[in-house]
Amino acid sequence: MKKILLVLGLVVSVTLPAFAQAREVTFTTELYDYGGDGAYMALYLTDEAGAYQGTLWVAGKKSKYYKHLSGWARGSRLDPAEYDGLTGASITSGRTLKITLDLDDTLFDSGYEVRVDTAVEDMRDNRADIALPLTTDGAGTAVSGHGYVRSFRYDF
Amino acid sequence: MMLRKWHGLPGLIAALVLVTLAVTGAILGLAPALDRAGAVVPPAGEVSVAELAGRVVANYPGTEQIVRELSGQVIVYYSQNGQAGADLINPVTGDSLGAYQPSAFFVWIKNLHRSFLLDTPGRMMAGISAALMLVVCLSGLVLLARRCGGWRALMRPMAGTGSKRLHAEIARLAVLGLLLSALTGSFLSAQRFGLLPEVSDLGPGFPAEVSGGQPRPVDRLQALSEVDLNDLRELVFPYPDDPQDVYSLTTSGGSGFVDPATGELLQFQPRSNGSVVQQWIMRLHTGEGLWWLGLILGVAALAVPALSVTGAIVWWQRRRSSSQAVKNAPAAEADVIVLVGSEGGSTWGFARALEQGLTSVGFQVHCAEMNALETTYPEASLLLVLTSTYGDGDAPASARRFMVRLRDFRACNALKYAVLGFGDRQFAHFCRFALEVDAALAGKGLSRIQPVELIDRCSAERFSDWGEGLGTALGAPLSLSHDPMPPRTSRLELAGRVDYGLAVQAPTSILRFRLAGEGQRWQSRFFRSGSNSLPTFEAGDLLGILPPGSEEARFYSLASSSSDGVLEICVRKQPGGLCSGYLHGLQPGECIDAFIRHNPEFRPATGPVPVIMIGAGAGIGPLIGFIRKNTARNPMYLYWGGRSPNSDFLYQPELGHYLEDQRLTGLSTAFSRSEEKAYVQDRLLQDQTALRQMVDTGAQILVCGGRDMAAGVKQVLEEILRPLRLEVDDLRAQGRYLEDVY
Repeated sequence: MKKILLVLGLVVSVTLPAFAQAREVTFTTELYDYGGDGAYMALYLTDEAGAYQGTLWVAGKKSKYYKHLSGWARGSRLDPAEYDGLTGASITSGRTLKITLDLDDTLFDSGYEVRVDTAVEDMRDNRADIALPLTTDGAGTAVSGHGYVRSFRYDF
Repeated sequence: MMLRKWHGLPGLIAALVLVTLAVTGAILGLAPALDRAGAVVPPAGEVSVAELAGRVVANYPGTEQIVRELSGQVIVYYSQNGQAGADLINPVTGDSLGAYQPSAFFVWIKNLHRSFLLDTPGRMMAGISAALMLVVCLSGLVLLARRCGGWRALMRPMAGTGSKRLHAEIARLAVLGLLLSALTGSFLSAQRFGLLPEVSDLGPGFPAEVSGGQPRPVDRLQALSEVDLNDLRELVFPYPDDPQDVYSLTTSGGSGFVDPATGELLQFQPRSNGSVVQQWIMRLHTGEGLWWLGLILGVAALAVPALSVTGAIVWWQRRRSSSQAVKNAPAAEADVIVLVGSEGGSTWGFARALEQGLTSVGFQVHCAEMNALETTYPEASLLLVLTSTYGDGDAPASARRFMVRLRDFRACNALKYAVLGFGDRQFAHFCRFALEVDAALAGKGLSRIQPVELIDRCSAERFSDWGEGLGTALGAPLSLSHDPMPPRTSRLELAGRVDYGLAVQAPTSILRFRLAGEGQRWQSRFFRSGSNSLPTFEAGDLLGILPPGSEEARFYSLASSSSDGVLEICVRKQPGGLCSGYLHGLQPGECIDAFIRHNPEFRPATGPVPVIMIGAGAGIGPLIGFIRKNTARNPMYLYWGGRSPNSDFLYQPELGHYLEDQRLTGLSTAFSRSEEKAYVQDRLLQDQTALRQMVDTGAQILVCGGRDMAAGVKQVLEEILRPLRLEVDDLRAQGRYLEDVY
């Protein structure tokens, strides 16, 4: 389990009220056994209109493959400052990634969406494999993606 | 020696790992060809990316991505009712060619190939193996060049026998492919682990301004209609719910974006040179999009298991024959020094016999490799050098540093010396290194106890004679016997004979033998069990026969091959000849003891170049064997000389038959005791214009017969070749003039 103290530069500066509360959120992403190489994944937040707001996590170390995570790549403009310290290994077929982050309370029930882009070498790229609104009620409910993600959920 | 270690040791260690890499690599080498076979590739200029995308979208409304592989395969990724799918597409019609599913087998093989299914540690192992392969290829290439007698001689026919020759022949065919695979593989692995920088284009940044207008149909987008399908790599469609999104286009020339409303190309960034090079290295390793290269590399990779096995056999043989058993006097105390120059180890056998013989008559003998030459031998009165020659006149492995060390050598007392050279007369520079050593020692002021002696093909008899001479010079009876490979004989039964030439005092017989006891038992065809069996042989190999009461074998060229089921030889009865007399006295059903000695140097060239065969008398034996096997109908000409067409015209009916079915292109005979009184040389002179022309187009000449006849033929051919400014020795050096002379 990875535990990261998240500082969402953009989100924080725009939405942070004076006495914000943070809460610990765990994102669990389980992959299908799709049989290829390790998957690259980007977890990121968008607003209601789908506009990129900030990076939560990037699985996969080689930045040359990042352009295949197209929704995230476009939003983040692949600016290293957007994902510094938020990267880890790619995820083997059939395995599960769990990451725990401190998220600002105000991000919940405010129209934000968490999205997951996925890509695998020699296989298809999935923009928004997962697109799930970030709500207090939605916590603990698993959804499946249309690409490599068998189930995705967040808990706190 | 060092180089050989660097070829052998890592080779052995890595053999298993490399065999895995090679076999999986060979399988992967098929993939580009299979992919290409399944792809529809329209000619350039026929289909644009806009047209393709239009057809695809018509069939797949939920298209997300179109990828064109380098093999020509076009894949569409789409989603339909929330389900993701991928299909192979015929780009001309836009129709599906079936679901796209990367073969699980190839994916597994690929993982086995690059990581032995062990992730990062496995990848590291594969990378190290690739580097080892590179070392083995390079050291092997140098050894190969040295063996052949220089870089230019690499493509000539090869001399030698057994595993060593097989190893060299396979290596020569495969080395370039293996070198390419090993080099690119090492390079990619080094990049993977950050030892070498990796160039990659991150691609252009997303355009700041997108029109956001009403999207046009994809087949009406200007930027896409300007790209030919064959240049396409990837087209990613805009995300359907995002009016600000654009097409992402990657072509062989670079990448950029296309505005869905205006059809304009935005932010196009040409591919960098570094990235082009990077991609080529990858393609040269995988053969992706280069199906023929994939197949070549695959076949080369298949040579690795064969090279591992033959290499291990050579290593084992060398190891066995160089281990020493005889007690060795220290260099400082010995009165006889024996120095050995050996490549394959066979000279050591002779040296040990010499050491034993000298020790038994009371000498203190020190035996060492030539590289171990000391600066002086204080007690020694005799220095004996036994050396082979490597390739085209080079020092063999255990003598490579001898000449350098000799500069510091100081002779004590009145040190005498003798050099004994071992070689094979078929090599252009027979025993050249031995002759150089002999001259160099003389140059050091040493005096010869006896002149340099050269021994052809490990002749035990000559060795024994030399020992006798040495014994006389030393005043001590020296009896040396060393048979390098005591042949394992088989019992052969005379199955039939045809006699010729009695009327012209040249009794010559065609004798056919088969394994004694064979023929009755069908099992013997499948289970060559027990003591009585023969190795496989071909026409041109030699049958060694031990006449009763003689320890020395006589050799006869075989006119048949294993597949013929008989051993056929042609024997002329020599006046007073022990072995030929014995053979001529044999009746069908009687048995002899014999063994096969391979003689792979004496073979006709294969392929369309003409082969000119010249023989006299019983020398027709191997030549008729070659003609029999010429089922490919390559041009073959036979010049043959006998005494009388009525008495010793060997194989007359058979030759007529071969002329008819074109296994033999032309036959010219000469008979010395007929009215024409002609020799085969006369026929050559008659046809000299045609012969010159054939030699000019690359013809090969094979001569088989007695020494005098061979000398006569050579003389005539020199005359014939003169207008071409060629000499027989030039042809010989190119492997185009072969002699089997007795």
